Parts: sequence; C-alpha cells; structure tokens
Amino acid sequence: MVNRTVVGAHYGLTGWLAQRITAVVMALYTLLFLVTVVLLRPGDFDAWRALFAAGWMRIATLLFFVSLFAHAWIGVRDILMDYVKPTGLRLALEVAVIVALGAYGAWAVEILWRA
Amino acid sequence: MPDVAVKKKRPLWYNLNLLDLPLPGLVSILHRISGAALFLFAFVLLYLFDASLASRERFDAMRAVVAHPLGKFVLLGLLWAFLHHLCAGIRYLFLDLHRGLDRGTARATSVAVLVVSIALTVVLGAALLW
Repeated sequence: MVNRTVVGAHYGLTGWLAQRITAVVMALYTLLFLVTVVLLRPGDFDAWRALFAAGWMRIATLLFFVSLFAHAWIGVRDILMDYVKPTGLRLALEVAVIVALGAYGAWAVEILWRA
Repeated sequence: MPDVAVKKKRPLWYNLNLLDLPLPGLVSILHRISGAALFLFAFVLLYLFDASLASRERFDAMRAVVAHPLGKFVLLGLLWAFLHHLCAGIRYLFLDLHRGLDRGTARATSVAVLVVSIALTVVLGAALLW
C-alpha cells in the first residue's frame, strides 16, 4: 500500500521558494536596468536598439522575463485559489493563464532575438 | 479521531473598506492588487517593448502612445503598481528573514513602503514619461 498524503505543509514550499528567488532576480535586473539607462541614456531608437543588441543585455533581459512569467504564474494561481471556488472554472482560468504566459515567453524571445 | 465536521470558529473581517485596514494589511492587499494589475496589463507592456525594438516607425509610434495623456495615465499607474509591488516585496523578504516582525517596526516599514513607492513613481514618472 502506498501511504502518501496528497496534502501537506511542504507541498507549497517549492512555489514559495521559487516566488522569492524569481523576485530577487527581477529586483537585481531592475537595478541593472536603471544603472544602465542612467549611464548610457539610450534616448533614441539607435541607442535603444544597440543596448538590446548586446549579448549580456539579451541574456539578462531573458532571465528577467523567465523569472517574471514564473512569478506571475505562482501569484495568479494563488489569487485564483483564494477567490475562484468552482473547480472547473478555476481549471479553465489556470489553463488560460498558463497559455498566455507561455505565449508571452515565446514573444519575449522573439522580441529580443529578432534584430 | 478529531471530528472534522465541527469547524473551529475563525475570526472574520467583514469590513471591506481598504482604508480601514491596519497599514500592514493595506500594503498586503495593494501588493495583491498591483500584482494582478501588472499581470493583466503585461500584454500592453510587451506590445510597447516589442514596438520599441521592432523598427524606427514602430519606435516612433510607441513614443506617440507614451506621449498621449491616456497612455501616460495608464503607464504612470502601472509604474506605481510595479514600484509598490517591488517595495512591498522587499519588505516581505525581510519579514521572511524574521527582520522587523514586531508591531512598531512592521507598521513603520509599511508606511515606508507606501511613501517610497509613491515618491519613486513621481521621480521616475517625471524622468521617463515627461
């Protein structure tokens, strides 16, 4: 007999930790972005495009977006768990959020690597 | 066996006026509202970011959207949402590390979150949008 509990205190720990790690990544990127903008002042199209053509900036920005979409999934899932009680409706909304965030992720890659 | 059918009486908060919340509670619900708003407007922000890097024409179109009063209003709101979410998030990271848990400090840091996020919205909004 498999004696496994399907609910328990540690089941949310991975999400809890991921929420904080992704938050720190985004906070550090925000700092990096602000310092970069203040130092380089990329006000026109050419300077703005040149900034995001740099390899390190693309990687850092993609890391930010990946953290953002993972963070958004955990946060929105928590909100849906709190307010949407009918299971079918909640599942439908969760699927919609996952599809949207997946598409956003692909879009972010396209934006950053298109040029 | 404990009787699971008998539910413990839990305290309930029926007053839905946000301004009647204790300040840490206000920061908490605004953290949730700002996070939800950022998720719901993520499409708009990604669209503007896309336009800014796509071509010279779409970059100029993006500039026009940002310069429009309605665009400014929405972006200023989202800037506040981002900054409040960031400041409140930093506060929660410290609370996770058991820093600032006593009532006086928790109240003071919640005021700091509200004030600093609004101040940064004004400063960064003025620098980026005007």
